[in-house]
Amino acid sequence: MHIVYPAVVASLLFAVGVYGVLARRNAILVLMSVELMLNAVNLNLVAFDVWWRDRLHGGQVLTLFTIVIAAAEVGLGLAIVLMVYRNRATVDVDALRDLAEDPPPAASPEEAPKVPEGAP
Amino acid sequence: MTGQDLVLLLLGAVAVGAGVLVVTTRQLVHAALWLVVSLGALAGSYLVLTAEFVAWVQVLIYVGAVVVLLLFGIMLTRAPIGASADLDSGNRWAALAVALGTAAVLVTVTVMGFGSARKPVEAGGGSAEALGASVFRTWVLPFEVLSVLLLAALVGAIVLSRTDVGGRAGRDGRAGEEGG
Repeated sequence: MHIVYPAVVASLLFAVGVYGVLARRNAILVLMSVELMLNAVNLNLVAFDVWWRDRLHGGQVLTLFTIVIAAAEVGLGLAIVLMVYRNRATVDVDALRDLAEDPPPAASPEEAPKVPEGAP
Repeated sequence: MTGQDLVLLLLGAVAVGAGVLVVTTRQLVHAALWLVVSLGALAGSYLVLTAEFVAWVQVLIYVGAVVVLLLFGIMLTRAPIGASADLDSGNRWAALAVALGTAAVLVTVTVMGFGSARKPVEAGGGSAEALGASVFRTWVLPFEVLSVLLLAALVGAIVLSRTDVGGRAGRDGRAGEEGG
């Protein structure tokens, strides 16, 4: 067995997950992309565990732990997404800008007068 | 190239191709179903790598539970059934550049590091017996910590999902602020 094949597959899958996290707008699709990245890491762990013939099976046990953590992460993530949907009626991560800093006044001069109107 | 390498490469191609469809398809439900294909191909890869117990856990938890959770999420957020045009954000090309850079760096480093390394694989290293002995002898403390983590995540998900639990606490906090 060549170790380079599963390693390259895991690298490509990780890159696909990176693209999905950065490019998708729906929060559930972002969660799916995170799952892809986690699975790429799992493939690496299993491949190198088999490759080194670890007597403690550290890689495969860590893969099991990662799967459990991913399940917990998806459960919490979906709870948060559903809470956001209940409050905002959207799961578009581009529209959730409450934590963003205010744009500098030079960048958007036409939006600057709106701020004193909105603030009581 | 042995038969094992060939099967591994084919399953890897299926996994990566389905992964690309997950991040590019325009229908939300199709993304979840392509995720099933990708994770199933990865489970097949684990089988080829003789990690059979991890493969079955992958099928049970990922394909069985996580994808169903994601489908429930799609359903509960009232996603449109058909194709939706606005699933990709405006920074798609920047994301593509970052992803291509990541892939180039990782593949280059991996090929440079393990370019021609090969070793025969012997069966039996990933059986339930071997893994169970490892989990309950060597890794028993992380296992227990992880069970506590899973319980905490469960409680947290319930607290986040129930409106009465978080709502009452929020009202009390606000009332306390107003009273004080």
